[in-house]
Amino acid sequence: MSEHAAAITLEGVGKSFGDNRVLTGIDLTIRHGEVTCLLGPSGSGKSTLLRCLAFLEEHTEGIIRIAGEPMGFAPAADGGRKRLPDAAIGRVRRNLGMVFQQFNLWPHMTALGNVAEALRLVRRMDRATAEARALAQLEHVGLAHRAGHYPSELSGGQQQRVAIARALAMEPKIVLFDEPTSSLDPELTGEVLSVMRGLAQEGMTMVVVTHEIGFAAQVGEHIVFLDQGRILLEGRAAEVFQAPRHPRLAQFLQTYVDRGASLVLQE
Amino acid sequence: MLWTHIILLGQGAIMTVAISAVAITVGFALGVLVCAARLSPVAGLRGLGAAYVSFFRGVPLLVMLLLIYHLLPAIGIDVPGVVAAIIGLTLSTAAYQAENLRGGFLNVGTGLVEAARMVGLNARQILLRIRLPIALRLVFPAVVNEAIMLLKASSLVSVVGVADITRDAQNLASSTYRPIEAFTIAGAYYLLLNIVLSGGGSSLSRMLGRHRA
Ligand SMILES: Nc1ncnc2c1ncn2[C@@H]1O[C@H](COP(=O)(O)OP(=O)(O)OP(=O)(O)O)[C@@H](O)[C@H]1O
Ligand SMILES: [Mg+2]
Repeated sequence: MSEHAAAITLEGVGKSFGDNRVLTGIDLTIRHGEVTCLLGPSGSGKSTLLRCLAFLEEHTEGIIRIAGEPMGFAPAADGGRKRLPDAAIGRVRRNLGMVFQQFNLWPHMTALGNVAEALRLVRRMDRATAEARALAQLEHVGLAHRAGHYPSELSGGQQQRVAIARALAMEPKIVLFDEPTSSLDPELTGEVLSVMRGLAQEGMTMVVVTHEIGFAAQVGEHIVFLDQGRILLEGRAAEVFQAPRHPRLAQFLQTYVDRGASLVLQE
Repeated sequence: MLWTHIILLGQGAIMTVAISAVAITVGFALGVLVCAARLSPVAGLRGLGAAYVSFFRGVPLLVMLLLIYHLLPAIGIDVPGVVAAIIGLTLSTAAYQAENLRGGFLNVGTGLVEAARMVGLNARQILLRIRLPIALRLVFPAVVNEAIMLLKASSLVSVVGVADITRDAQNLASSTYRPIEAFTIAGAYYLLLNIVLSGGGSSLSRMLGRHRA
């Protein structure tokens, strides 16, 4: 097993929306420096789980720890949980960056503005310092030459790379990705996946919800397969993708093979 | 002869533009406050905002103008007709603009706000730097539209004695016995003003459009 320290731990995490139970009894450890891929059929709770990690969604049971600190709720003396103040949530959230399926770039700011905004407002850098940092970050995702463009003037792939630069500019310890290529045309997914691959090689801790089985198989180290809000199985990529497979996973993977996806495995 | 009539109504046009411009700008500022009340976490403020909007959208502007015109002197406030007119138009347009703005705010994607939370912006920064500017861009066409509606609705202020385009045309019609000429000139003035307004609006909108998703 890995000697990496825990970046995120979940103990008995559950989530219901009213009567609708979406996540049940999630116990999970995500280690520093690893790429964890969350797979599973549509509606299995992948996005909800990822959003709970960032406390964009409040988990209704259990404890989540980010870099050792409880996120949103801490264990209480009586065995229950107590809600943490917003300031504490914001502080723990600084460990995290998030990349969304819909990019979510701010349309009234240039690519540079999108990346520099939080450097100025949160890190309190002056404009010149923030923009220099932002430009370096855009360079890193190959978009320095598009710094002055507004999101509406960029392709989907470029927008998503700007969104990655925006997340990385705040120097998160862990980056969460929710289907970062799902709203892209097929010919644009490659440029985003290659930025992510580069990030993985630099040793970034990443949690990636994806339907890109090829990416999961090549870049993913830790694979978590969700089904109906539970972890059906998890393990090292090589083990999970090879026999003996769980019948639900085999069925899930088969739908990709049927759609023409090729499974290129590590080793 | 015709030219003197056109020039005569030109003075009314200046009045129409002036009261409309004051009403639309002051009304927008008031609309921002009403919208803030409607989106407030405080239930009492929300109720107040909602009552404001339903009152000023529910009572016809003509009735409102006459009411203000007679009500203010009755409670001891003596104001000229033009002030009563501006008050009526402003209160009315504020209700519509508050609703436009509210729609704009509700249409700022939650994802854009979540992205801001994830990079650490606080609630005030998110309001001022993300939600407000995006909402304003979203509602800009509706504001131009409201300005056009208001300019036309301002013709009602002639009932409280304001010498706007319509009132000047009425006077001209009765003094010359040529109502068709008088109201044709009046109509042409409104049309011209609105063409300028919507033309200016769309070129501004195009400039802003570059920044829209
Ligand atoms: N805000 C919400 N309110 C109510 N129900 C929700 C909400 N968000 C998600 N759900 C429900 O939770 C379940 C899991 O949704 P989730 O988006 O996490 O699935 P997913 O695995 O990400 O699916 P997909 O692959 O389609 O993105 C679904 O049944 C969904 O309807
Ligand atoms: Mg999802």
